[in-house]
Amino acid sequence: MAQAAIELIGINKSFGAVRANRDINLEIARGTIHGIVGENGAGKSTLMSILYGFYQADSGEIRVGGKPASIKTPNDAIALGIGMVHQHFMLVDNFSVLENVILGAESDALLKKSIAKARSELERLEREYGLEVDPDAIIEELPVGLQQRVEILKALYRGAEILILDEPTGVLTPAEADHLFRILKQLKEQGKTIVLITHKLREIMAITDTVSVMRQGTMVATRETRKTTVEELAELMVGRRVLLRVEKGEAEAGGVKLAVKNLTVKDQRGVTMVDDISFDLRAGEIVGIAGVAGNGQSELLEAISGIRHAVSGSVMLEGKPIDLTGAADPGELRDRGLAHVPEDRHHVGLVLAFEENENSILGYHDDERYLKGPFLDIDAIRNDARDKITKYDIRPADCRLKTANFSGGNQQKIVLAREMEQHPGVLIVGQPTRGVDVGAIEFIHKRLIAMRDQGKAVLVVSVELDEIRSLSDRILVMFAGRIVGERGPEASEGELGLLMAGVEQREAAE
Amino acid sequence: MDLFNAIIQILDSTIRLSVPLLLACLAGLYSERAGVFDIGLEGKMLVGAFAGAAAASVFHSALIGLGMAILISVAFAMIHGFASITHRGNQIVSGVAINFIAAGSTIMLGQAWFQQGGRTPALAPGERFEAITWPGADALREVPILGPIYAELISGHSILVYIAFLMVPFTWWVLFRTRFGLRLRAVGENPAAVDTAGISVAWLRYRALICTGVLTGIAGAYLSMVQNGGFVKDMTAGKGYIALAALIFAKWKPVNAMFACLLFGFLDALSIRLQGTPLPVIGKVPVQFMQALPYVLTVILLAGFIGKAIPPRAGGVPYVKER
Repeated sequence: MAQAAIELIGINKSFGAVRANRDINLEIARGTIHGIVGENGAGKSTLMSILYGFYQADSGEIRVGGKPASIKTPNDAIALGIGMVHQHFMLVDNFSVLENVILGAESDALLKKSIAKARSELERLEREYGLEVDPDAIIEELPVGLQQRVEILKALYRGAEILILDEPTGVLTPAEADHLFRILKQLKEQGKTIVLITHKLREIMAITDTVSVMRQGTMVATRETRKTTVEELAELMVGRRVLLRVEKGEAEAGGVKLAVKNLTVKDQRGVTMVDDISFDLRAGEIVGIAGVAGNGQSELLEAISGIRHAVSGSVMLEGKPIDLTGAADPGELRDRGLAHVPEDRHHVGLVLAFEENENSILGYHDDERYLKGPFLDIDAIRNDARDKITKYDIRPADCRLKTANFSGGNQQKIVLAREMEQHPGVLIVGQPTRGVDVGAIEFIHKRLIAMRDQGKAVLVVSVELDEIRSLSDRILVMFAGRIVGERGPEASEGELGLLMAGVEQREAAE
Repeated sequence: MDLFNAIIQILDSTIRLSVPLLLACLAGLYSERAGVFDIGLEGKMLVGAFAGAAAASVFHSALIGLGMAILISVAFAMIHGFASITHRGNQIVSGVAINFIAAGSTIMLGQAWFQQGGRTPALAPGERFEAITWPGADALREVPILGPIYAELISGHSILVYIAFLMVPFTWWVLFRTRFGLRLRAVGENPAAVDTAGISVAWLRYRALICTGVLTGIAGAYLSMVQNGGFVKDMTAGKGYIALAALIFAKWKPVNAMFACLLFGFLDALSIRLQGTPLPVIGKVPVQFMQALPYVLTVILLAGFIGKAIPPRAGGVPYVKER
């Protein structure tokens, strides 16, 4: 084994009562791609933040290149040749690429020289690693894939030998992710060491040499990637066997529950986000809408669920039209049997400052089950919440706890329980498992399929292609506001990826 | 020729009235570009005005007065920083508190020290900043058109006026041509980016507030040591707020800020000039209406005539490291 680039020995870190990292030992070999997987809250990001000097470990030792290192600030980490590409990009959106690259690493008190130096350095990096990006482009005008490239350039410009990437593919199209992986491999060939944090096991298998698994703050295993399997890693992450692809029978599609015809929706700026879309959703089937975020899926969901008004077109629910003029009342749609799990549970789906039981009836609070005369029937609400907690295995099982204190997966279960337990005829779900752990994903998928088997119509929008393929009976791909193709669940990832990237259908079929 | 002279006079007082606005506006520009909203410009100007006039009359030196104005104003800026940067307090609340402290303490200390009802003693000639007459100004005064422009508009102002207008290109240069400026703008847009680049967000914002304090100090000194011959209670009279309005109007850009402040100064000059004089067609306009004009215009301009003003994105938000 090559010499270790980084050794972490006995790292401990607590935030209050939460022990984010417990006695972590990790050795990362020079010139390799080392994956770190684990569920949300397993402590991956905390560990890397300690390595990057964002936090201080309570105890433990860090060695870089065999020598003990004291990393107190990101500056120390940068000086040791450690660079980080954060999950949420650390870029100034209205600055140019060059300005972002030199920020904090300016060679001179005046910008002119720094910029000139950075410009020639970027040209060199572009030649060596194929990292092309226009140095004068403004960040907010670049697609996310290129923004991420700027983050990588920032690290390389500072002389990074060790590059940490935190969930780098969350915002990328499959094609962009592939491009990123090619860049990472090239960096590895040039002798750089790469640490890849992710919860996507497929990526780990595709690109890493070694993989370490974290669970609840501890490092549970390190494996050579070629000697392990996705199933083994998933089991290590969750601590029990997990079904990555939920079994389901053939769909028995019935009558049309929701008919969308020639729907066109514009956003606040007047840009057409949904462009003349038509499709049917039948009872007893799950239709998945695939697409890269920002191609109109959000607007489509909002229009159907009565939050956003449509410019033209019609939506029929159980044969009767939905008012699309903006006067549509989500409450009325609920009464008519259309339930909506919004994409953004924090801003739309939940009031985080409320107690769990309050959120579990939000939107249905006028239902007489929860009322006693003009007042809320607190006991009924809490009992109802407790039932849902049991049924959906929401943890911690405390209906009086503030919703903000639940993990992402459990928050999502709160929303799903609320909407599904109303037994709607049509369920519309946006990003059912965004930020949700592997174990909870399995549970949510099983629930959605159970709904389908009860003869309900389910519409799922997700940017996770795996999820779409595993759940859907039919897959619609959206690109630039249009449905660019319909495929069966057997469609290959490559085929769907091309459609999502807007490559012409004919080419995709070849 | 009367009309020409009137215009020259209005423009001359436009310059004089714009100076405190311009200095305060640039002061706000430094802190807001760094992501710290500063509604306390008014208060910092006021303490600057008081400290300047008080020190000048006690030490018989205009320069000591200016130095003290800057010192005290910076000290108040640091209080704002301590509350809103170090302790992540609400920036608006902290700024309002500074305005209250300034209004109360200047009167109280003025009365305690000078017993003139909150005023400072009238400043003698050496204790004020005198007008500087440029070479040849008197000789050229009689030259038609250009003469009065040179003699009245360009020559004949105090040093602080020239400093104020030189601060415009200087501020532009600092913001857009220096490392400090790049970092300052970055910290107002995305402090996390600055933090992860290994730069201290807090220290950077404190430095921006020092710049703010220096400029509001000069603005205060101008009010009590140039425009007036001493401190009078509440002499800032809302200029700090008008400067904030001008800052938004200028979309947080230095050169725009100058034009915005000149516009507000012009309206002020016009309203003084037109008080009591009957206008054609309309007839005599009440004094109060003319005095209200700059403020009415502020509301109208801010309400819709400037297009979308996008403030620095991290403005008003204390920086907390995320987990």
